[in-house]
Amino acid sequence: MQLIACPWCGPREEVEFSYGGQAHVPYPDDPGALSDEEWAHYVFFRANPKGRFAERWKHSAGCRRWFNAIRDTATYRFERVYRLDDPKPVIP
Amino acid sequence: MSPRTPGADLPEHPDSLWRSPEPERSYDVVIVGGGGHGLATAHYLAKNHGITNVAVLEKGWLAGGNMARNTTIIRSNYLWDESSAIYEHALQLWEGLEEDLGYPILFSQRGVLNLAHTLQDVRDSVRRVEANKLNGIDAEWLEPDEVRKICPVVNTSTDIRYPVLGATYQPRAGIAKHDYVAWGFARRADEAGIDLVQDCEVTGFDTDGDRVTGVRTTRGTISAGTVALCAAGHTSVLTDMLGIRVPVQSHPLQALVSELLEPVHPTVVMSNAVHVYVSQAHKGELVMGAGVDSYNGYGQRGAFHVIERQMAAAVELFPVFARAHLLRTWGGIVDTTPDASPIVGRTPYDNVYLNCGWGTGGFKATPGIGSALAHTIAHDEPHPYVAPFTLDRFVTGALVDEHGAAAVAH
Ligand SMILES: Cc1cc2nc3c(=O)[nH]c(=O)nc-3n(C[C@H](O)[C@H](O)[C@H](O)COP(=O)(O)OP(=O)(O)OC[C@H]3O[C@@H](n4cnc5c(N)ncnc54)[C@H](O)[C@@H]3O)c2cc1C
Ligand SMILES: [Zn+2]
Repeated sequence: MQLIACPWCGPREEVEFSYGGQAHVPYPDDPGALSDEEWAHYVFFRANPKGRFAERWKHSAGCRRWFNAIRDTATYRFERVYRLDDPKPVIP
Repeated sequence: MSPRTPGADLPEHPDSLWRSPEPERSYDVVIVGGGGHGLATAHYLAKNHGITNVAVLEKGWLAGGNMARNTTIIRSNYLWDESSAIYEHALQLWEGLEEDLGYPILFSQRGVLNLAHTLQDVRDSVRRVEANKLNGIDAEWLEPDEVRKICPVVNTSTDIRYPVLGATYQPRAGIAKHDYVAWGFARRADEAGIDLVQDCEVTGFDTDGDRVTGVRTTRGTISAGTVALCAAGHTSVLTDMLGIRVPVQSHPLQALVSELLEPVHPTVVMSNAVHVYVSQAHKGELVMGAGVDSYNGYGQRGAFHVIERQMAAAVELFPVFARAHLLRTWGGIVDTTPDASPIVGRTPYDNVYLNCGWGTGGFKATPGIGSALAHTIAHDEPHPYVAPFTLDRFVTGALVDEHGAAAVAH
């Protein structure tokens, strides 16, 4: 089974984690000011790249904390895990 | 059921199915993706509209995507009018498809049971049955003892983790042999003069204002009057090239087969709650599908714990399967949407049509979407069957929520 390195607990089996989709999608500063289209994009539209993707994960059956990861959606390899308050890492 | 040798009634293949032409430099219509939807669209363009200056561009081999990886369940018992219209249109085409294609597709209308395991399932299922009846679709609600009569191998005892409280039943539903379906469409399209170009990946688009003028491929640039995107799990890769945002997420979806067994399972059984759906293919293998893997993935493979969980559910529901051996597992890449309904129709480019978002359930739609998309292309106007499924609905709010009837988690 694939091991995922929780930033707090270290490597654990994939079944302990749950997926949270695209990371770095902030709640709009002024939701009332959004057009219908902008609101739809905030609610329904997420990036879906083939390759590196910045995602949210949660160590549900462990420390129960959220974190972010850069993972390759074609190979499923985790390239980085980082805390929610860290900026998105730049990988060469 | 009479005993028979597994595989005995499978037909022989013809010597040759289609040409393998060099692509021309220009076509009236370029279809991207040689899965079921692309091939069916090509067939109906020729058959219903006499449009044959068409190429289907496929990056791998015909039907190497989801088309020959799915569990082949065909049914039309969806909740909303919009969905039942297109899926029922498809089912009626399936009923005459073998004759239309002149090719055996082993379409077997053996019925589908969608099990209910909780009181909420029961309420939702009964509602769906009534909605189906209003739309003229064959549907019944069955109590557990009636479920057992139709499929004796289902465990209907009350002491299991998710007891069977009843099921919806659609007698006209069934299965077909997916690779033969693809080959049948491909052969007919080829006979009509349509070029099926394999090993030809679309890598970019040339645009001029709000038109796409050319399709860049690994076999050169091809100019196109109209472009239809039928790339299923890879749709976002193409729409990213065009700068169009589409609310789909690509997930691995896995399935498996057992070794060949004597006929034990006469129908199709699906369970939303435990994420398993099972039929027995013509040769005798049990075919089972799982729910999607949770993460986005383009790898055509998923995690083994998903298979393990699915097998646990299957063995609980069908104790007789406990000693069957797993022969093979595989995965496809399914394009899921927020409302579990497809996205079909216009894009911000005048001459580009989108067909995606069929997610875990687009095989059953193959002839239906093929004919409706061909009509849409030929008349440059969305066919009424696809008109509700616009990209625009995520802005207007006119969603077609089929999470209940779509039957696996996504
Ligand atoms: C395990 C599994 C079980 C399923 N079970 C069922 C079921 O029981 N019933 C049901 O109704 N549906 C089922 N589905 C869903 C169904 O298979 C799909 O919705 C349907 O096949 C999608 O349409 P398609 O056949 O055209 O897709 P595909 O066969 O995936 O065709 C898309 C094609 O586009 C090609 N392509 C992608 N990018 C490019 C490019 N850049 N250039 C050229 N070509 C490109 C791909 O190589 C691929 O061949 C299942 C799917 C899976 C994976
Ligand atoms: Zn942890």
